[in-house]
Amino acid sequence: MNLYIFYGLSTIMIFSSLMVLISKRPIHSLLYLIFSFFTLAGHYILLNAQFLAVVHIIVYAGAIMVLFLFTVMLLNLNNVTEERKSRFSQITAVVAAGLLLVSLIGAMKGLKIDPAFDPASLQIGTVKNLGQVLFNQYLLPFELASVLFISAMVGTVMLGRKEINY
Amino acid sequence: MNIDYLIFKIVLIASIFGLSLLVAMYATLMERKVAAFFQDRYGPNRAGKWGLLQPLADGIKLFFKEEFVPSSADKLLYILGPSLSMFVALLTSAVIPWGTPVVIGGKQYALQVADVNVGILYIFAVVSIGVYGIMIGGWASNNKYALLGAIRASSQMISYELALGISIVTLVMTAQSLSILEIVEQQKGMHWNAFYQPLGFIIFTICAFAETNRAPFDLPECETELIGGYHTEYSSMKLGFYLFAEYINMFISGTLISALFLGGYDFPFINDMGFSQNTLAAVHFLVFFCKISFVVFVFMWIRWTLPRFRYDQLMRLGWKKLIPIACINLVITGVVVLLTQ
Amino acid sequence: MQLTNRSKIVSNKKMTFVERLYFPAIFKGMMITLSHFFAKKATIDYPKEKREFSEIYRGQHVLKRDDQGRERCTACGLCALACPAEAITMVAEERLPSEEHLYREEKYAKTYEINMLRCIFCGLCEEACPKEAIFLTKRIVDAEYSRDKFIYGKDKLVEPLELDLRIDISKRQIPEVLEFKKDKTQRHNK
Repeated sequence: MNLYIFYGLSTIMIFSSLMVLISKRPIHSLLYLIFSFFTLAGHYILLNAQFLAVVHIIVYAGAIMVLFLFTVMLLNLNNVTEERKSRFSQITAVVAAGLLLVSLIGAMKGLKIDPAFDPASLQIGTVKNLGQVLFNQYLLPFELASVLFISAMVGTVMLGRKEINY
Repeated sequence: MNIDYLIFKIVLIASIFGLSLLVAMYATLMERKVAAFFQDRYGPNRAGKWGLLQPLADGIKLFFKEEFVPSSADKLLYILGPSLSMFVALLTSAVIPWGTPVVIGGKQYALQVADVNVGILYIFAVVSIGVYGIMIGGWASNNKYALLGAIRASSQMISYELALGISIVTLVMTAQSLSILEIVEQQKGMHWNAFYQPLGFIIFTICAFAETNRAPFDLPECETELIGGYHTEYSSMKLGFYLFAEYINMFISGTLISALFLGGYDFPFINDMGFSQNTLAAVHFLVFFCKISFVVFVFMWIRWTLPRFRYDQLMRLGWKKLIPIACINLVITGVVVLLTQ
Repeated sequence: MQLTNRSKIVSNKKMTFVERLYFPAIFKGMMITLSHFFAKKATIDYPKEKREFSEIYRGQHVLKRDDQGRERCTACGLCALACPAEAITMVAEERLPSEEHLYREEKYAKTYEINMLRCIFCGLCEEACPKEAIFLTKRIVDAEYSRDKFIYGKDKLVEPLELDLRIDISKRQIPEVLEFKKDKTQRHNK
């Protein structure tokens, strides 16, 4: 049954990811992106990683995408205002995307999937195990990441502050 | 998977779904009655005894209203908005423990749809998605008042989610669990979290007001400035969905406040009365429901007492008062937990 | 210059910590609303119970008949003249000898209309009437669905012929009126 759910989710996900690119209106592609995030959260649950799934929704769908939506709504973007890209940038974009595809295929080629892999027996995704690993084994990277966030926050506040003229 | 287990779950889901809708219906009547009583009036009393059929009449009226879609609106998103609001409002009740397990035919069945081990985070995730219904609806209406209302709603909800989250984190620190069932079980015997976490309780309640867009935080639908806010352009049952979602949200907030801070279905001496397990479950459910009703009443009480905030006051309260206080509460709780361990 | 001692000096004092918490103030406000929750309601459940009316309430008009069932109105037009809202119109007609049992005076009102939407129920028509023909009563003008229904003709204004259906206006007969009635030099008191 899990396999069918996986295929169903993947189909929806690929479809919505394609729609992100194809949609004419920015707000539609944004909503498709949010939808694909939900399918991704579904994949996390299939891997028995509920914590990651929920946090994924909270952080990406619940916070970041709302801000994106905000920006799009306030700027009132639509396809009319968008100017056409020059031929040169179109060609470079195609070449860059093609290179990315080639490197992805190259990376996937060497990948071997263990047939005995069973996500249900894997308990790494639960809150308890994740917390244990995060706060024992990876404490230093975790703290460093938080320092990074703090500095980013301070930087934002500095940028957002009104200029004081002396 | 046992078939009887599956049947029980389906029945439970259906009854919780029905209960949410019924409660939302009668919450509208309760709101009008409570408002009337606070203003020395009687409120609706024409449809049925004490106006008990009023919600039905309102519903029928909404169904027969003109279905109106602005010509310049984004049709699909315009319909998606209220549906999403309603959908998200109904999602939350899945992880609420409604009572102790019941015994049917020698088997125990938990009165909870899903005991997810990340229950609180699940609720938090659902709440954070709740913004979309309002935002999409407000934007799709293609009306500046609706857009302003939507933007107000979303910025308000994002701002108050932070303080809400921090107050939940303090709760999780003392409870050592993310499962709502476990948190409720820990509060048995009057060890209610409201007594241990008074500050967290107050912050959570204030944020719950803001998250449900209820007065004094009802700026998104502020009539004086924004006509109706995000639902200005809506009519018929689409408007009904928005209003319904608000009342379901209020019911769910009441449920959460009573489950997380007011002991859930716990009541003093309830376990010493020698009830059989099924009656106990029924009594537990009743107690829980009374607590929820009281919290909902307080929601209404505050709505008909306090005036609306100004927008800058709202933001100042959220960012400059509640979040620092919640952080201080977090640090104090952390120290206390560390010392008592 | 101080004109009255009711003026207040605006104070811009800093709030104390307790005041800045707002919770005591909010709690106080909630207690006030709660007291109203249990207070006696001001609403009257209208069709079932009715508000108590004064005996001399000025409601819908009535055109009186005399003891023999004759209409008292003589279409003199004083009421229409007195009416500040110009709500009253009438057409006068001479009484035929065969109609003596219908009308008290030799001239009567063929039509008599009061526009209830214009009427302000001041009672000046009642005061002006020399024949004690028009009175205001305790009755309330009914609600209608169209505006022209509010123009009341004689069918609605004149009281019924049957004695027990007559509208009692004796409470409106203030002592001065009764005194005046005794004055038999006035023609209409004969």
